[in-house]
Amino acid sequence: MASTLSLTLRIWRQDSPQVKGHFVTYEMDDVPEDASFLEMLDILNEILIAKGEEPICFESDCREGICGTCGLMINGQAHGPQKGTATCQLHMRQFKDGDHIVVEPWRAEAFSVIKDLATDRTPLDAIIKAGGYISVNTGAAPDANLTPIPHQTAATAFDAAACIGCGACVAACPNSAAQLFCSAKVQHLNLMPQGQSERWERAEKMVETMEEFFGSCTNHGECEEACPKEISIDFIAWTNRDYIKSKLKNRSLFAQK
Amino acid sequence: MMEAMNSRVPQGALAEKWANYRSDVRLVSPKNKRGFEIIVVGTGLAGAAAAASLGELGYKVKSFTYHDSPRRAHSIAAQGGINAAKNYQNDGDSIWRLFVDTIKGGDYRSREANVHRLAEVSLEIIDQCVAQGVPFARDYAGLLDNRSFGGAQVSRTFYARGQTGQQLLLGAYSALMRQVAAGSVELHNRKEMLDVVVHDGRAVGIVVRDLLTGEVSSHSAHAVVLATGGYSNVYFLSTNAKMCNVTAAWRAHRRGALFANPCYTQIHPTCIPQSDDFQSKLTLMSESLRNDGRIWVPQRGDDKRSPDQIPESERDYYLETKYPAFGNLVPRDVASRNAKSVVDSERGVGERANGVYLDFADAIAAQGEDAIREKYGNLFDIYERITGENPYKSPMRIYPATHYTMGGLWVNYELMSNLSGLFVLGEANFSDHGANRLGASALMQGLADGYFILPTTIGPWLAEQLGSQLVPTDHPAFAAVEQEVNERTQQWLATKGTRSVDFFHRELGKIVWDYVGMSRTSSGLEKALSEIPALHEEYLSDVRVLGSADSLNQSLEKAGRVEDFFQLAQLMARDALLREESCGGHFREEHQTEDGEARRDDEQFAHVAAWESNGDDHIRHEEKLEFEEVELAVRSYK
Ligand SMILES: Cc1cc2nc3c(=O)[nH]c(=O)nc-3n(C[C@H](O)[C@H](O)[C@H](O)COP(=O)(O)OP(=O)(O)OC[C@H]3O[C@@H](n4cnc5c(N)ncnc54)[C@H](O)[C@@H]3O)c2cc1C
Ligand code: SF4
Ligand code: FES
Repeated sequence: MASTLSLTLRIWRQDSPQVKGHFVTYEMDDVPEDASFLEMLDILNEILIAKGEEPICFESDCREGICGTCGLMINGQAHGPQKGTATCQLHMRQFKDGDHIVVEPWRAEAFSVIKDLATDRTPLDAIIKAGGYISVNTGAAPDANLTPIPHQTAATAFDAAACIGCGACVAACPNSAAQLFCSAKVQHLNLMPQGQSERWERAEKMVETMEEFFGSCTNHGECEEACPKEISIDFIAWTNRDYIKSKLKNRSLFAQK
Repeated sequence: MMEAMNSRVPQGALAEKWANYRSDVRLVSPKNKRGFEIIVVGTGLAGAAAAASLGELGYKVKSFTYHDSPRRAHSIAAQGGINAAKNYQNDGDSIWRLFVDTIKGGDYRSREANVHRLAEVSLEIIDQCVAQGVPFARDYAGLLDNRSFGGAQVSRTFYARGQTGQQLLLGAYSALMRQVAAGSVELHNRKEMLDVVVHDGRAVGIVVRDLLTGEVSSHSAHAVVLATGGYSNVYFLSTNAKMCNVTAAWRAHRRGALFANPCYTQIHPTCIPQSDDFQSKLTLMSESLRNDGRIWVPQRGDDKRSPDQIPESERDYYLETKYPAFGNLVPRDVASRNAKSVVDSERGVGERANGVYLDFADAIAAQGEDAIREKYGNLFDIYERITGENPYKSPMRIYPATHYTMGGLWVNYELMSNLSGLFVLGEANFSDHGANRLGASALMQGLADGYFILPTTIGPWLAEQLGSQLVPTDHPAFAAVEQEVNERTQQWLATKGTRSVDFFHRELGKIVWDYVGMSRTSSGLEKALSEIPALHEEYLSDVRVLGSADSLNQSLEKAGRVEDFFQLAQLMARDALLREESCGGHFREEHQTEDGEARRDDEQFAHVAAWESNGDDHIRHEEKLEFEEVELAVRSYK
């Protein structure tokens, strides 16, 4: 069997959004290297339950890095030390025996702490609601191959569409902006031919809704570093361009390019 | 057969049934639509597509999910692709062929009319998704690309890198959010449906618990739609997301909805083998990998050399040898059982000798590493992150894991259960896959049900309700169910036992995997039927759930779900025991041919087993399957 680690964990505990939280220190031995970070917390929770202490609340679902449900600040880094990796895909072999690990929830104005390490990320849905769609009713679609989309365009749109909505970009941003998320969503659709009629309106509405809930982007670039899908900050530049074009020339009125 | 079990398959030739149905079906006028309230539980492909489409039509929709956002539904994790009989590749595909493949793949245990409709609707799905902006893979001319997938001889699978489910769900979710913005859909996130309310023999609403505050509330509607996914997590270890559970379907079942073919579960052949006892879930490696990877084990079980040291002549490419026509692309059940048999014969690979190799060396040599990276890059990355091994350099190790459940709530052609007013979509129903589902067909079915079928087939039921008032949520029928839900929730906190919910879930999973898993015997099933209730009793008296019911309490949520898994597990074992044949995912060792293939018994078992809940017991009903167009044949992939 692979080797094991002894760790000192400092974990944020908070009963509810209304009360203040605090760190609690847990010592763990025999943590298997093959365990994922969340499995390590599962093991800790089993120990806590056996002792009659309430387990630590943290969220996860797919544990495959695709649903965006997980997300922890690990030693001050959103999703921890491994680049391009969501918390659930981080494995203990990335840590060393004797390590001290600080585990916190996402910290951002717009994401309140629900309990312990779980936060409320519904403001991200508000951005989508504002315009993150192409308005086509079921049944109204033309044949799928009617409009060819250059391979590269589809691939770039995909790079944006790969965002899992985890909110790490917000947590990593000094201003708690959701600019990377927002622009990934805007550009996925704005790059596709199908997304053109609503392009300008979409950029305006989504960016403005983003700014209602979140801070403003001042180009720190921390978001790209933290993003488990390595979404490029180029999308932010493109979204700013779309936004400004739309605003200056009032293009949303005409829906023209 | 009970009266309510009429399948309501329309008259006419198979290929015309759906068209005829649509021409004849009762419609609801636009004005009347606004007067109807519909509850949709679940925001996976099936639920999100249904809620969005119903909202577009003008119905008043309430959409529920226990997730924080609709986009997190388990559909997001589907990797490989979605089938559609577009024949864009000009390789001879057609609606008929997709229909026949699906019937055959399901080992002749599904309803012809449903499956044909699914194949027809598949074309529209792709159109719809592309129009929503789903970035499917494209060739260099900018046209849609396809690949062949698990057992198909044509390339009809549309894909978006290895993240097809994610992209399709984002499409459906965006359509849903558009309706939320338009005010036609009211979204209720972090609400877990814990019961269905039945009044005068029909489903009139649901009772949900707010997972953040613990508040239990009632919601009433003219129709209740469940799109709550499958029950693979009864095995504890499966490829499903951690929260997937059977509660919504099971509670509906306890209120009268029939549960069909619970023993039909699918084991996926290409998952990363378990690495330790603390493992929390198993990770699927899309079976599209079988298009380019070659499966093998060393010929000798004691051959412990590293794979690159084992010469060709000492490797056993057992699928290629045994099934020359299909090779590594045999259907999932066949691939899985063969993997089990080589591992059982002590030729497994890896530290725990619990896997087989899936080797890309030849594909990389022939196509180049870049081509392989383009197709499977993200899967290779996932593999490396989990195992610490690099599949570009050494073969992957894979082993089967529970993945999908074909069984589910019984529905008629209109997707309505025997309980009037209750509709069931997607993986939660039993409908289209028979005893085994073909790869890339679940996404197709979920979207077919949600976008195209339900919005049409719900019409006649609603038309009948015209002028009828909603049962108010302060009606005693709702109050009684709310009280039961509260009592069930409190019961877990009051038990104050010694062991965690996960402990029991894991133990339950082991029993179900051992006896109601990849292959089953009557003695094993009898064992399951005595071990499950014994463990269940311990669970009820010894589970420890800490904390309170009035805030986010994950152990408490799980406690109710595991209770329902206990009840379901028993029914699965019973269903498997009574189905004295092997078909698709249900393999009974007593019923196999001389060379170890499944032996069906069409005389006795060409039927759906639909179970009625009767107190704590069950009554088995049968829906006979009539095959008018396809001839029942022995499934052979040799
Ligand atoms: C790893 C993996 C890969 C797969 N790959 C493929 C593939 O390549 N091609 C393919 O065709 N199929 C694939 N499948 C199968 C396919 O993904 C699923 O069958 C399908 O997505 C199920 O969709 P659904 O809408 O029925 O349910 P789900 O997506 O499971 O959604 C269920 C929804 O119901 C909600 N819900 C459930 N219970 C309750 C409740 N009690 N109260 C409130 N809400 C509730 C959940 O919140 C969720 O929104 C794959 C499956 C797995 C596990
Ligand atoms: S942009 Fe990256 S970090 Fe931000 S939500 Fe999307 S995936 Fe997460
Ligand atoms: S749990 Fe789904 S991305 Fe981590």
